[in-house]
Amino acid sequence: MPTTRRQFLSLAGGITAAGTIPIVTLRPLEATPAMLNAAIRNVVGEAQIRTGRVKLDIPPLVENGNTVPMTVSVASPMTPDDYVKSIHVFNEKNPQPNIGNFHLGPSSGRAQVSTRIRLADTQKVVAIARLSDDTFWQVAADVVVTLAACTEELN
Amino acid sequence: MAALINVPAKARRGDVIEIRTLTSHIMETGFRHTADGRLVPRDIITSFTCRYNGTEIFRADLFPAIAANPYLSFFTVAKESGKFEFEWTGDNGYSSTASASITVE
Repeated sequence: MPTTRRQFLSLAGGITAAGTIPIVTLRPLEATPAMLNAAIRNVVGEAQIRTGRVKLDIPPLVENGNTVPMTVSVASPMTPDDYVKSIHVFNEKNPQPNIGNFHLGPSSGRAQVSTRIRLADTQKVVAIARLSDDTFWQVAADVVVTLAACTEELN
Repeated sequence: MAALINVPAKARRGDVIEIRTLTSHIMETGFRHTADGRLVPRDIITSFTCRYNGTEIFRADLFPAIAANPYLSFFTVAKESGKFEFEWTGDNGYSSTASASITVE
């Protein structure tokens, strides 16, 4: 959805009217790269995470962080002895580092999941896949967001 | 609540089919404030499950970073004719279900 001049002006007016206090209070809500690492370790444990096999399709530049289409796919034969158990998606700078956990199985046929996500800031998105042999594979993508989501004011 | 489900009506046995679901939900993050500074309480869908003739084939844990009106697309192998059942559960006891049939030849 393109931002119209009217929407932009009402948003700009809203921010001016609300003053700087909300911005100050919102800052501590931002997840940090340390929180991202903690969230990843929560899922992965001490296992080593290798780069590759996972593909993250997400636009590199989004106008509106409220709805960002995203597709994660994993190169896997999806047979009963070699399949993807789960796909985990994380972000770096939303108030919470988790985006979603998706649990698959050999009957999935194809290790691919699509959804729409929110991004509060220009940041890195990380997708991690857990394979049936309990190895972890990851990929990261950088997304530039011009209109942030999650923490904006309600008018 | 209203849900849109897209499952092929017919498939050949062994085909990999795509299932697409969309449900209407505000997915209030719990991080937003009203203009007078009060926090809007979180109200999101936390879990989605898809069962194929009673067997779970896909499950998702959702977080506030999922956009409003959650859309999910995933794949499965068409094994037998029958029914897909979808269930969304979330905050404040939210629960919603939908189903779709498939004919496998």
